[in-house]
Amino acid sequence: MSTELIIATVLGGLTIGSALMVVLSQHPVRSVLYLIVTFFLITANYVLMNAQFIAIVNIIVYAGAIMVLFLFVLMLLNLSKENEPRSSLFMKVAAALAGGVLFLVLFAALKDAAIFAPEVTGPHNESMGLVKNLGNLLFTKYVLPFEISSILFIAAMVGAVLLAKRDKQITE
Amino acid sequence: MVLATIFESGVGIKFYMLLATALFVIGAFGVLYRKNAIILLMCIELMLNAANLLLVAFSTFYGKADAQLFVFFIMVVAAAEATVGLSILVLVFRNARSVDIRLFNKLKD
Repeated sequence: MSTELIIATVLGGLTIGSALMVVLSQHPVRSVLYLIVTFFLITANYVLMNAQFIAIVNIIVYAGAIMVLFLFVLMLLNLSKENEPRSSLFMKVAAALAGGVLFLVLFAALKDAAIFAPEVTGPHNESMGLVKNLGNLLFTKYVLPFEISSILFIAAMVGAVLLAKRDKQITE
Repeated sequence: MVLATIFESGVGIKFYMLLATALFVIGAFGVLYRKNAIILLMCIELMLNAANLLLVAFSTFYGKADAQLFVFFIMVVAAAEATVGLSILVLVFRNARSVDIRLFNKLKD
């Protein structure tokens, strides 16, 4: 077994373990903290795959922005273990069964998937995941989706502000 | 310095396919298993991240950067989705004092 294989296996196992803890831990704050750990482990996987820009963006956007948003809302709502909604035992067993069957089906379908070997790539491969290369691609080939995503962001921002504000007008 | 990719050192693409499948299934399992709407949103983030992981793995495998930009756009969509979803959730909590996902059943009538 090579060193890379050991590192990848350990990282993968840790990622799956912490993802499971997100679902299984009872307290919502603990779930959020496990999700942050999961995102950091996924970032480690990205670094292992030479996707440096995506790794940094993953930390900034997910672990930095989105998870802070989740934690903030969680603190704001002040949820405790007592008013945590619980599902019935039947639903839990059904969920576990459905998840297991879904994994079985997806894994069986992907196991024998024919994956064509990649073309031989030259030494330019090392800079593929860096900002320069991705930026060039983003502002030439993918400039239209980039602009559309900015419209999506504006819409989300306006929507969030509007949703938060409407309640204020009712109380006035 | 030429960096060898992880796939040239014995780790197959099938390993990352298995890992991404497992993460996606854990996310789907969480959506069915939990009734707390915030954790449901977190499970959706988990599923999006499973897709991201597979996209990055294939991007490195084939040496093409396009998939990494798709990951970038998925992150944009995930951020927008989390913002709007959480603000709706806060509104529901203000009205019903609970984040139980079954409250959304009331949207039917």
